[in-house]
Amino acid sequence: MSVNQISVFLENKPGTLSEMTKVLAEAKIDVRAMSLAETRDFGIVRMIVADVYEAMNSLKEADFICSLTSVLAFEITDEPGGLGKIVDGFTQAGVNIEYMYASLSGKHTGQAYMIFRVADTKAAEAFLVGKGYIPLTQEDIAGI
Amino acid sequence: MEHYYQEEIECASPEQIRKIQDEKLRDQVKHVWDNVPYYRKKMEEAGVKPEDINSVDDLHKLPFLSKADLREAYPYGLLGVPLKDCVRIHSTSGTTGKRVVAFYTQGDIDLWEECCARAICAAGGTEEDVCHVAYGYGLFTGGAGLHGGSHKAGCLTVPISSGNTDRQIMFIMDLKATILCCTPSYAAYLGERMKELGYGPNDIPLKSGIFGAEAWSQEMRADIEKTLGIKAYDIYGLTELSGPGVSFECSAQQGMHINEDHFIAEIIDPDTLEVLPEGSEGELVFTAIDKKAFPMIRYRTRDICSLTREKCSCGRTHVRMQKPKGRTDDMLIIRGVNVFPSQIETVLLNHGYAANYLIVVDRVNNTDTFEVQVEMTPEMFTDNLGEIEDRQKELTDGLKAMLGIKAKVSLVAPKSIARSEGKAVRVIDKRKI
Repeated sequence: MSVNQISVFLENKPGTLSEMTKVLAEAKIDVRAMSLAETRDFGIVRMIVADVYEAMNSLKEADFICSLTSVLAFEITDEPGGLGKIVDGFTQAGVNIEYMYASLSGKHTGQAYMIFRVADTKAAEAFLVGKGYIPLTQEDIAGI
Repeated sequence: MEHYYQEEIECASPEQIRKIQDEKLRDQVKHVWDNVPYYRKKMEEAGVKPEDINSVDDLHKLPFLSKADLREAYPYGLLGVPLKDCVRIHSTSGTTGKRVVAFYTQGDIDLWEECCARAICAAGGTEEDVCHVAYGYGLFTGGAGLHGGSHKAGCLTVPISSGNTDRQIMFIMDLKATILCCTPSYAAYLGERMKELGYGPNDIPLKSGIFGAEAWSQEMRADIEKTLGIKAYDIYGLTELSGPGVSFECSAQQGMHINEDHFIAEIIDPDTLEVLPEGSEGELVFTAIDKKAFPMIRYRTRDICSLTREKCSCGRTHVRMQKPKGRTDDMLIIRGVNVFPSQIETVLLNHGYAANYLIVVDRVNNTDTFEVQVEMTPEMFTDNLGEIEDRQKELTDGLKAMLGIKAKVSLVAPKSIARSEGKAVRVIDKRKI
């Protein structure tokens, strides 16, 4: 089960990111994970939010260009080697990871969330489920 | 069925047109000699007298007028009638120097409006049509010209002028406007806004549009036609010569017919000032042969184009001018290369970007920097950085192929480039030379 990631185009100049976070704050959007990829003159913010529909609407209304991308989200044990195990899983499935980012969920839970964008979401998911890794659903994300 | 406003003139034989031109030219030269000391002095310096001008063949003997003359003679120096006989003025935006103030008698206004009525009829305008005039009203000739033309063509005229886009859209939809008159950049903007509001080409009642007052490309035309679901007609004119309607496009969309019963066109080499044969590209020069208050003889437009007398499928016989490549005023010289904003627009539209762009030129360490800012569109956006960079590179290569020099392409946030409701600002030249 993949989840929807929101990608937002940002011009590379001071203030654009804060403008975007202001829009999200006003719409009361909880951001679960976020990363920023940059080139010389523009950037893409990628994020996982609790309410995708509401977030997309408020961003579009504020004239941000954004799109949805399917990504896989897993809960992993927050301990040395925790990430390595699941990455090995992708290797064994023969699926290339295009990018990934993390959301650490606090000191005491002992869990972390990893977001993966891969070349073949279905193949990776099928293989990892077989290994006992259950991807998070959109509902799981909303409930975190 | 082609629709004409004055079929007997618009489809007259070349001989008939020539006869009209010869007669009117003789009268006009005499009128100017008698009433415009500024031009009479020029004629005297050139050693030409009114009796030397018997026909269009003698036109080349007359001295040119240029924007510099207009500036020098400002405001009354080129006036051909007493002020009491004038009923109106119009003025240019003054973007390329001092404003031009042009004067009109009632007769001048009537012939100008007839020219615009021809353009409206060529775009299918009849008594059944609702003509939405969104050119600016006021000193600018766009609003007044098409307004008067629309009246003469018998359309229901909506004098909405420019601005307040959502109100414009409400009027277009509620009053079922069929003909839209505005600048092409505003038409593109209106289309963009209507799309945002959920109106597709089939929901929009417009059937045609008459767009002028700035340079636009074939690609921009295709874009506007698609979004609004219309046929887009070009119109050309200058305040100095009355305003829009000096020439206009017909259903063939193969160049604009010059209203030859009012204007004689020549193409000259802008350097040697020699008249060039038909088909050659050069600077367009006009002689207004029956305008009395502001009678321009051999006025240099600085527009670069060519003329053709090839038969047109619409039945009109008047000579056609190709869409000017650009006004020499709009032309930029970047790293020694001539660049017309319209060329950049062509490349952008070919690559799927909006026609809204900004050219920024500067000089750093004695070298020109050349940046083209383009707005990111939802269609062009993807989550994949590499793909966006590839598209950016394709655009850079496309510009290089068209212009011969390299531009830095910057993708900017949507709606960050200001939309204009009149003439669009496309160029920021920061060079201090």
